[in-house]
Amino acid sequence: MKTETTMRSVTVTTRKKRSLTKDHMLAIGFLIPSILLVGVFVYGFIGWTGYVSLSNWNSLVPDFSFVGLKNYLYLFGDFRFQADLRNTLFFTIMFILAVIVVGQILAILLDQKIQQESLFRNIFFFPMALSFVVTGVVWQWLLNPSTGVNLFLAKLGLDSKWYTDTTIFPAIGWGKIEFGIPIAMIAVVIAAVWQMTGFSVAMYLAGLRGVPEEVREAARMDGANEFQVYWKIIMPILRPITVSVIIIMAHISLKIFDLIYAMTGPGANFVTDVPGVYMYETTFRGNYYANGAAIAVVMLLAVAIFIVPYLWSSRKGEA
Amino acid sequence: MKGRLKSFTGWFLILVLALGPLSACSSSDETNSSGGSSSDETLDIFSWWTGAGEEDGLNALIDLFKEEYPDIEVENAAVAGGAGTNAKAVLASRMQGDDPPATFQVHGGSELNDGWVAAGKMETLNDLYESEGWEDKFPEDLIDLVSKDGDIYSVPVNIHRGNVLWYNTSVFEESGVEPPKTFDEFFAAADKLQEAGVTPLALGDKEPWTATHLFETALLGTLGADDYKKLFTGELSFSDPKVKEAAENFKKMLSYVNEDHSSRNWQDASQLVADGEAAMNVMGDWAKGYFVNDLNLKVKDDFGWVATPGTEEMFMVITDTFGLPKGVSNPEDVKKFLSVLGSVEGQDAFNPLKGSIPARVDADLSNYDEYGKETIEDFKSASLAPSLAHGSAAPEGFVTKVNQAINIFVTQQDVDQLISSLEDASGDLK
Repeated sequence: MKTETTMRSVTVTTRKKRSLTKDHMLAIGFLIPSILLVGVFVYGFIGWTGYVSLSNWNSLVPDFSFVGLKNYLYLFGDFRFQADLRNTLFFTIMFILAVIVVGQILAILLDQKIQQESLFRNIFFFPMALSFVVTGVVWQWLLNPSTGVNLFLAKLGLDSKWYTDTTIFPAIGWGKIEFGIPIAMIAVVIAAVWQMTGFSVAMYLAGLRGVPEEVREAARMDGANEFQVYWKIIMPILRPITVSVIIIMAHISLKIFDLIYAMTGPGANFVTDVPGVYMYETTFRGNYYANGAAIAVVMLLAVAIFIVPYLWSSRKGEA
Repeated sequence: MKGRLKSFTGWFLILVLALGPLSACSSSDETNSSGGSSSDETLDIFSWWTGAGEEDGLNALIDLFKEEYPDIEVENAAVAGGAGTNAKAVLASRMQGDDPPATFQVHGGSELNDGWVAAGKMETLNDLYESEGWEDKFPEDLIDLVSKDGDIYSVPVNIHRGNVLWYNTSVFEESGVEPPKTFDEFFAAADKLQEAGVTPLALGDKEPWTATHLFETALLGTLGADDYKKLFTGELSFSDPKVKEAAENFKKMLSYVNEDHSSRNWQDASQLVADGEAAMNVMGDWAKGYFVNDLNLKVKDDFGWVATPGTEEMFMVITDTFGLPKGVSNPEDVKKFLSVLGSVEGQDAFNPLKGSIPARVDADLSNYDEYGKETIEDFKSASLAPSLAHGSAAPEGFVTKVNQAINIFVTQQDVDQLISSLEDASGDLK
């Protein structure tokens, strides 16, 4: 009741000014509840997490005394967190590249006006409907070194230890860890790509359908072969889609938790550990709440590096 | 064309990002609902007992309570998953939000004393022990594990033994190996088994605590119970040469484990022993429940057991206990439940099903199988040592750091580095 009367009085004053129409007021009225909720439950708690990450709350008993960057300094000197950063970096690079390349190839193949196209489209898209936990459990068994596909591969003389491999390639000493591609991560990338490629296929297919036939014809008239048509004409047109795929996949891979937790856990020597798993374990097993909050803030900043420039440029583009 | 596509994908992106947090929220809803409501009259019993035998044991206990107090409403508020990790996370948020369950499962020792008691969240139970006459019904060492500064804070319901070496009897017979009692005998047996083409020791450290579990038995076997306990009170430093010797023993044990250890959990490792692919396995005696209930093996015929090397007269104790949190609306009802939990009938209803032994010294032996009888006898005479891997010896924070150091050690096998990480972590013992 109260809000209604205040709203009415606001409408009266604004009508005099004629700067805001009734539609505007209605829109603002609808928006306020969600702005308040998002403000408290998203941004409010992000702020709270940031505050906790600067506090001394590293036991069951909350202790909010300010300790500056102590938790961050601890993390960046920690073997496990250094390994997490390395793993996330290489997981993200391998995952995004594979999703783009495989997704584009499958989309181009689907775009050849084949029969039963919708059937294939659904098959490719279907893994998206599964939870990462399901994917993780299934691929854990498929790529288990003593069962699964290894029974076939061993017959062919191709024995792999998959996610139990502790090799880092090329293993350059860096901080407390060896820097390089953790071989065990490749198994996780395979599972993640299997699940997420359907998404990029759908995106690229939509993009390909939007390329007018005349453009391709014109290129062919100018003497381009099919490969050149794709490389020089289609791919540049699809660039905004590639950017979107990169951003969506990056925000998934930088925050990944469920797939790793179900499939491999932290892994021997932390070769498959990621910040999300570390954050969960240190916060809820070790009661290091401030350290966990600091990990959360680092993850948020990592995602922001990708998202903010994109949101910025697309906002400019629309204005 | 390009512009339209870009704005379309832009909107799509915003939609995806906006929906992302929603899916993250749904998981926390689940834990809330399983946490249950704590209305004034219901007695919600919080635990992580959802597995085959343990859930039956808890239900038997609840049935017994209902028989005696039919007018008190009881709710089984168990939270599944992660060997208690999920439950502990839910418990922590309920306790910090001043919405404690009526009573909850907590390991005796540091998890109780340095956790909830130190946080000022528990009521003392001295009067309950007095009115029930329990002071001489539980072993003194055990009462110490649930006491802080002379006050008692929880009631132990069961005892699990951590330092058990399980072996496949037919594999031992075929290779002519006797159950090893010392490290030397263990390594000699392991060599013999390896020659026979069997994996000597099964390990499944996908969850790193299992490796810590193996390490703590090596520590106990090398240092003995007294020195082992001193490590966690600060009386003995982790740089002591004996700790180094224990780490060397642990390292040597690791050279006999299955190659795919990091892809298995403890059940998978136990299964290797059950199938005869591996000969031995170090695990707490919940593994017996897995052998008997899940794999249908026969005690003594199919699998045998012996204390882990060097720990014959020692008992690595893991005890589940229940206490009374501050701020519950029905403390008298909770005490009634605890009195059933601590009674002979209560312990004998729960433990045979759970596969553990009773915490009381006067339980009825006829309810237990051969393993149980033998362990009950051992428990009376052995010197008790609190488990590190299961949170009885040291605060969870220290345990987490030890798990990390051990996880690195299993791969890198650098003894000096392990010792120095243990020393660094020991700052968290206080």
